[in-house]
Formats: sequence, structure tokens, C-alpha cells
Amino acid sequence: MPESSITIKGKKNSSFIDTVKEIIPEGGNLNLCLTCGACVSGCPATGLADMDPRKFLRMCAMGLDEEVTTTPWVWMCTMCQRCVYVCPMKIDIPQLVYNARATWPRDKRPSGIRNSCDMALRNDSNSAMGTAPDDFIFVVQDVLEEYRESQPEFKDMVAPIDKQGAHFFLNQNSREPVTEPDELVPLWKILHLAGVDWTYGSKGWAAENYCLFLADNDSWEHVTRVSANQANQLGNKVFLNTE
Amino acid sequence: MKVNSDWNKELGVTFTIQDPCQIVRKGFGDAVADDLRFVIESVVGKENVIEMTPNKSNNYCCGGGGGFLQSGHTEERRQYGKIKFNQIMATGADYCITGCHNCHAQVHDIGHHFGGAFSTVHIWTLICLSLGILGPNERAYLGDDLKEVNVFHPETAL
Ligand code: SF4
Ligand code: SF4
Repeated sequence: MPESSITIKGKKNSSFIDTVKEIIPEGGNLNLCLTCGACVSGCPATGLADMDPRKFLRMCAMGLDEEVTTTPWVWMCTMCQRCVYVCPMKIDIPQLVYNARATWPRDKRPSGIRNSCDMALRNDSNSAMGTAPDDFIFVVQDVLEEYRESQPEFKDMVAPIDKQGAHFFLNQNSREPVTEPDELVPLWKILHLAGVDWTYGSKGWAAENYCLFLADNDSWEHVTRVSANQANQLGNKVFLNTE
Repeated sequence: MKVNSDWNKELGVTFTIQDPCQIVRKGFGDAVADDLRFVIESVVGKENVIEMTPNKSNNYCCGGGGGFLQSGHTEERRQYGKIKFNQIMATGADYCITGCHNCHAQVHDIGHHFGGAFSTVHIWTLICLSLGILGPNERAYLGDDLKEVNVFHPETAL
């Protein structure tokens, strides 16, 4: 027996990419890259912040954790999945991006996205603009009243809120009720003419979810649950998101 | 009441379609993109739809998704959107139809920023226009060419 043996250092300490592999389905195929570059050539974020999807993946694979968890590029990839669509190995780069976002200290993540998420957490509307349920209800009723009068062909048009048992639970982007309420009306008209049984919820009516973009898992789950619970309580069958 | 494209027979206003990543590639695939085309063609006329390349599930993201619009990286967002802008311009269409709020905001912004002449419009606006039930105050995103077409209750204009 030799007195000393060469110890081959085992696997390197778990890196960022290993953590991600454990939490996403099939490990996101993150080990299978052929470095073919199909993702790069079809990604609109290629070249921004001196980064591209293949480079980002390779840097993750090489364990350059510091670099991949600090590059602002993760906020420029829209997680559109076109890279996955064209990739021969179906490698889930956007999941890698999402989880890289999640490693950022919350107060260092882009303030515009963070503020929109925080607004949604202020009340039960889920609105990135912070609009309270009462304000939403007021706008909807006010606009509906106005159009029923000025366009008498639509005097029976409805825009129900919390209608028990309605078939569809409809979400609405905050932009319409808050900044351009007339834009609510065409959709109501179509639903009316088609005889659709639908409702908004006083809770969870807002369609946007910036907590998801912020990669704040607890908050985006909260926001989603507020909407889902409302639809469940109302006994609605189909959840329709206009986003 | 049924939608039809008669209003656009003479006018020949042309439209292209931004397939939203979230609904098409990440959601229901080409089937829903085909449904979207069925609706749009019924409303504006098949001969007035000019497709972008590539499209449907292979479509390029416009750059409005994932929080990019609120991220503060405005210059990079527009650079990202320049590819989409070029694709829209290559169709020569008068309008780009967007089926998603993020797409609408981004396509609208890059259109203005890079000086495109196209307007960016929601599908609900066009369905009501074709049905003759689109009032004068529901036309924020129609261009001047369609502001006066088929107006429902014009006397209510603000
Ligand atoms: S397309 Fe897929 S296999 Fe090719 S370089 Fe990109 S991630 Fe790797
Ligand atoms: S998900 Fe990100 S990396 Fe992939 S194509 Fe879209 S922007 Fe590029």
C-alpha cells in the first residue's frame, strides 16, 4: 500500500446550474447542448449586454456562477421560448434565466418590475397599478351605465362582477379600467352579442402578474391564488385571461 | 349578427398579425394561431392579411414580454424590438394586430420610436368595427384611415 494516494477531487461543489436541474422537469435537458448555435441565431436578445443564450448556458455549465447570476441580460431575455422551439435538444434556457433572476437580492431586481409586483400585493385586486377593488367596480359600473344610455341598442348589455355560477371568469388588464375605460366596451359588446355568460371578480380581476416576471415565487403564487380562489368561490367553469 | 369584411372591400386596408408567444408557442400552439387567422380573415378579408415571416409557433417575440417593458432597460428593449419592427415593415401592412397587452404596448412603442407608419390594434376593436357597433370613442388605436369608417352613434363623439 502506498503511503499516500492521489485523491481525485470529487464532483465540484454544487453550482447554480445543478440547483436549477434539480427543480425543473427533466432537468431542462441542460446537459445536452450541442453548441450548434440555433438558439443564438434566432434569439432577439442575442448581443444585448454582451450575452446570448448559448453563451449564457455554456457559462452556467462551466460554473461561472458569479457572472451568470449578476448579468443584467436575464432581464432582457423575455423567456419567449423561441430558443427551446428551435433547439434540437429542447434545452430549457428560459428556466435557467428565470432561476438566475431569482438569485438576485429582491431589492436589486429592476425597480419597475418590483414596484408593479408590490402594488399587486397591496390589495385583493392584483393590479400592478394598485387600483383597489372598489375603484374597479365603480369604473365598470360607470362606463356600463354611460354606454347603455348613449348606445340604446346595448341597453341590456352587462358587465357583471362576482356573478355566482357564471361560465367564464374574465380577467382584465389594469390599463383599460385605469387609463382608457372606453377600451373596455368593445369586448363587452362582443360577449353580449354572443350571449356569453361571464363575470369579473371583485378580487383578482387584474390580469397582469409582475411578481412572476420578478421571479418572486411566493408573491406570484399568492397573486395567482387570489384570482383562482375567487373563480372557485364563484363556481365559474372557465378562467379567461385577456393578457 | 355575423362579422363580415364588406366594410373593407373597397378600402383594402391591410393587416399583419403578431402571434403572442404566450398564447401560441407557449400556450396552444399553431391550432390557436389558425383560429386567430380564421377570425381575422372573416373580419378584414383574407386578401387583406399579409403574414409576417416567420409566424405562428416560430414567431419572434416582440420584446414586450417577461417584464422587459418595466425593466428600465429601454434602449435594449427597443433594440430587441427592432427585429420585430423590420418584420412588420417588410409586410407593408397598415396595421399590426396584437392579441396580448404586452405585445400591444411594445409594438405600439417600437412603431413610434422607429418611425413606422403602421397602427397597432386590438382584435376586439376590429370585430366591433366589422359589426358596425364601434362607437367614436372606442377608436383610440385606429389610424386616421379608419377613424370615420362605419361609426356607431357618431353623435356621441367626445
Ligand atoms: S440550440 Fe440547443 S443545442 Fe444548439 S446551442 Fe442552443 S441550447 Fe445548445
Ligand atoms: S427565451 Fe430568452 S434566450 Fe430564448 S429566444 Fe427568447 S429571449 Fe432568447
